[in-house]
Amino acid sequence: MARFTPHTDDDIREMLEAIGVESLDDLFADVSPKLEGELNLPPALSEYEALSDVHRLAAKNVAGLPIFLGAGAYDRITPTAVGAITSRGEFLTSYTPYQPEISQGTLQTIFEFQSVISELTGLEISNASVYDGASAVAEAALMTARQTKRDPKVAVSAGLNPRYREVIETYRVEVVELSHNNGTTDFSEVPGDVSGVFVQSPNYFGVVEDVSAASEAAHAVGALAVAVCDPISLAVLEAPGNLGADVAVGEAQPLGMPLLFGGPYAGYMATREEFIRQLPGRITGETVDQDGKLAYVLTLRAREQDIRRARANSNICTNQALTALAATVYASLMGPEGLREVAELSISKAHYLADKLREAGFELRYPDAPFLWEFAVELPDVGRAKEALLENGMIGGLDLGDGAMLVAVTEKRTKEELDAFVEVVADAG
Amino acid sequence: MLDNLIRDKGREGRRGFTLPRFDVEQANLEKILPKESLRKEKPKLAEVDEPTVIRHYTNLSRKNWGIDTNFYPLGSCTMKHNPRANEAAAAVPGFAGIHPLQPESQVQGALQVAYEAQDLLSEISGFPAVSLQPMAGAQGELTSILMVKKFFEDAGDEERTTVLVPSTAHGTNPATATMAGFGSKEIGLDEDGCVDVEELRAMVDETTAALMITNPNTCGVYEKNIEEIAGILHEAGAFLYMDGANMNANVGRMRPAEAGVDVMHYNLHKTFSTPHGGGGPGCGAIACSDALAPFRPDPVAERDGEHYRLVRPEKSIGRVSSFHGNFGVFLRAWNYIKMHGLELKENTDMAVLNANYVRARLRGTYRIPYDGLCKHEVVVQPPKGKKALDVAKGLIDHGYHPPTIYFPLVVKEAMLIEPTETESKETLDDFIGTMLELAESSSEDLQEAPTSAPTRRLDEARAARQLKARW
Repeated sequence: MARFTPHTDDDIREMLEAIGVESLDDLFADVSPKLEGELNLPPALSEYEALSDVHRLAAKNVAGLPIFLGAGAYDRITPTAVGAITSRGEFLTSYTPYQPEISQGTLQTIFEFQSVISELTGLEISNASVYDGASAVAEAALMTARQTKRDPKVAVSAGLNPRYREVIETYRVEVVELSHNNGTTDFSEVPGDVSGVFVQSPNYFGVVEDVSAASEAAHAVGALAVAVCDPISLAVLEAPGNLGADVAVGEAQPLGMPLLFGGPYAGYMATREEFIRQLPGRITGETVDQDGKLAYVLTLRAREQDIRRARANSNICTNQALTALAATVYASLMGPEGLREVAELSISKAHYLADKLREAGFELRYPDAPFLWEFAVELPDVGRAKEALLENGMIGGLDLGDGAMLVAVTEKRTKEELDAFVEVVADAG
Repeated sequence: MLDNLIRDKGREGRRGFTLPRFDVEQANLEKILPKESLRKEKPKLAEVDEPTVIRHYTNLSRKNWGIDTNFYPLGSCTMKHNPRANEAAAAVPGFAGIHPLQPESQVQGALQVAYEAQDLLSEISGFPAVSLQPMAGAQGELTSILMVKKFFEDAGDEERTTVLVPSTAHGTNPATATMAGFGSKEIGLDEDGCVDVEELRAMVDETTAALMITNPNTCGVYEKNIEEIAGILHEAGAFLYMDGANMNANVGRMRPAEAGVDVMHYNLHKTFSTPHGGGGPGCGAIACSDALAPFRPDPVAERDGEHYRLVRPEKSIGRVSSFHGNFGVFLRAWNYIKMHGLELKENTDMAVLNANYVRARLRGTYRIPYDGLCKHEVVVQPPKGKKALDVAKGLIDHGYHPPTIYFPLVVKEAMLIEPTETESKETLDDFIGTMLELAESSSEDLQEAPTSAPTRRLDEARAARQLKARW
C-alpha cells in the first residue's frame, strides 16, 4: 500500500462488502468512456528520490547571488519567524474559514491583515487579499466600472507595470495610456468616459508620482482614482487614502514572501467604506458568539459568487490566506519603525548606487525624478553589463530594451556589492 | 488575553526584528523626495517583540482546525493529507530564491519543472496543451472561458453570447461567464442528478458558446451522458468546458479529453494535494484541445532540445498573473505526481471507495437523494426535522470538521461529504458512528452545539450590520 493511503487488503474487502460490490472496478461501472489501460506515468518515486530530483533541478538555477532585479518582485529579508508560523499545520492545512467556530485562527489573522493594509493605505476597508498584484489591479479596474456604472475603460499611467496593464486587458477592460514627462505621468488629459484612473507610485521606473494629481484628474471626470503602491513604500510615502485615492491595490510580496520564481504572492485591495459593496473578494468582520465573546467571521458574503452567482462582483472565491498570513506576521515583527527602516535602508543604498554610477559617468534615465529604491540607468550595452555582472557573481537589473537597465536595491545589498556593481558595469563599458 | 489583537499586545518602541546596520550614508528623505509625498503619520501597526509574535500566532493557530489536526470531509474541496516532502521542495533555495525576471539561461531548472508539470497534466487529462498560469480554480475557469471567447472572436463569430451552466454548478461558473462577457443560462437535472440531456438539446443553438460541466458533478454523481452532451455542443459549434474541481474521482480512470471535453481546469491544491493554506494560494492549471491551445495565457514552457524557454502562444488571451503563475504551487504538485506515478489511480480508487462506504453506512438513517454509485463524494440529507447546520455543528463537538453544507443548492439541507483517500477505515467508522449518533440526538441539544470549540455559534448578521473589518 502507498504511504499516504492507509487501507489494507482486508479493509478494502470489508468496505466493498458493505457497499455491496465485488471489486474496485465495479465502483466505476457508471464511468464512460473509461481509460483503456494505464496512464503513461513513471513508477512512484520514494521521497528521497523525488527530493533528489528537486535538488538536481534547483542546482540548474542561478541562485544565492546578490539580485538587482525588481520590477514588481523584490529580494527582501524575511525574518525566520515568518516561516515558523506559516508552516504550522493548523494554518497550512486548513481551508477557507466557512466554519468560524474552528477557524478563528485564520479569521483573526485575516482581520489583522486587513488592518495592516488599511493602516498602510489610509483607506477604511481592505479585503482578505487576492491572487497577486496584477490580479488586484485588474479587479480594481472592474470595480471602478461597477461603481461608476460605466463601461470598463481605464486611464493608466505609462509608469504602470506593463504586466499589470496586460492583465487588465486580459480581463476585457479597455486601457488608455497617459503620456509621461521625465518619468512622471501627465494627468492633464484624462478622457471623460473612463471609469478609473490608475497611478502607480513609485512607478515601474521607480519614480514617485503625484497621486493627488491623479486623484483630482479622476474625480474631475467622475471616475475613481486607483493608486498602485508597494506596501513597503507606504512606510515613508503618504498614504494614498490621504491623497484622494479611492482604491489602493498592489503586490504584498515585499512583506515577507520569498521570490519563488514569481509566486505564490498576494495582492492587496483597499477602498473607502462607501465603495465596500463593489469591493471583490473575502472580508472578515468582527462579531460575537452566543455567549457574547468576541469572534471573527467572513462577512458581506452577499457580494460573492457562491451566493450571487452570475450577479457576483467577481468569480474570485479564495484569498491568498497563507501568504497574507506571512505579510501579517512580517508587519507585526517589523512594526512601523522596522518597516520604515527597511524603506530607508533600501532608499539610502539605492541613492548611494545611483550617485556612484553617475560619478562613473553613467546617466539616469530620468535624472530629475524623485525615486526610492529603483531607478533606470542608461548603459552603452545593457546585455554586456548583465553578462559581466553574472561573471562577477551578481544578477543585474532588468533590461528595459531601450538602452537602460532598471535597477532595484533592497536592504539586503551591502556597500561592497554596490561598489562591485559600479566597478563591473564601468569595466563592461 | 488570547483573543487580543497583536496590536493590543504591543507598546510603543518595541521591535520584533533587527535589520542590518546602515553601511552607506542614511539618505535625507526631505532632500530627495517632494515634501507633499512624505508620510506625515506613521501607520498604527503592532509594536511587539519576537516572543510575543510567536506566541500570539501560535495560539491563534491552535484555534484553527486543519487536516493535520482533524478529519476534514469538506465536500468539493478534497482535503487530503499534504505530504511534507512538497513543502521541502518549495523551500529549496535554488527555487525559493530565484527572481521571476532572471534570464531563461539562469532558471533552466524552474522552466524544466514547469515543462514537466505541463507534460504530466497533459497525460492525466488526455489533452495536448496545458497552461499553469491561473492562480486558483476560479481563475482557471475564467481563463478557459476567456479562451472560448477569444476563439469565437478570432473566428469572426459574433453570435455566441451564452454559456450554459447546470443548476448543480459551483457559483464560480455563472460568475465566470459574466466576467468573460457572456450571459449564462441554467440547465436542470434529470432524476439521477445529471444534466438533463433533452433540456440541453432544446437550449443549445447558434448563440451557445459553451457548457460548463463539473464531472463528477457536485452531487458526487458521474455525468453518464457526457459523450452525448459533448456531441450536442460540438454539433452546434460550441465547446464543452469541464470544471475539474472533482478530478480526484477521475485520475487514472477516465480522461476528460476522451469524453469530448474541449477545455478544463484542475485544482492542483485539491487533486494534487498542495496545502490549502486557509483558503489559498492554489493553482488552477488548465488543459485544452489543439483548437484552443493557441489562445492559452502567456507564457507556456517549451522544450527546445536540452533548453527550456517561455513562449507566448500565438493567439494568447494575454497574461493572467504578474509573472508565471503560482510556481511554488505547481512545483509542489509536480513533486506530488512524481511521488505517486502510476499509484495516482490507487488514490482515485480509495477516494471513491471511502465515499461509497460512507454512503452505504449512512443509508437508512440519512436520506441519500442520489443513491446510485457515487464518486469521491456523497450528498446526504439529515433525517426529517433535523437541520444540516445543526448536525454540522454537532460534528464539531465530536472532533470532526463538518462536511460542506447547503451545497449543492439543488438538494435541501445538503451535506456534501468528501472523505478523500488518505483516511483510514477506523477514522471513517468513527465518523459514521458519530453521524448516526447525531441523527438520534434531540434537535434542542444539537442547536446548542458547538460547546467545546474555541467559540460558540456566531452572530453573523451583526458582523454585516455593524461592520468592523479592521482595528
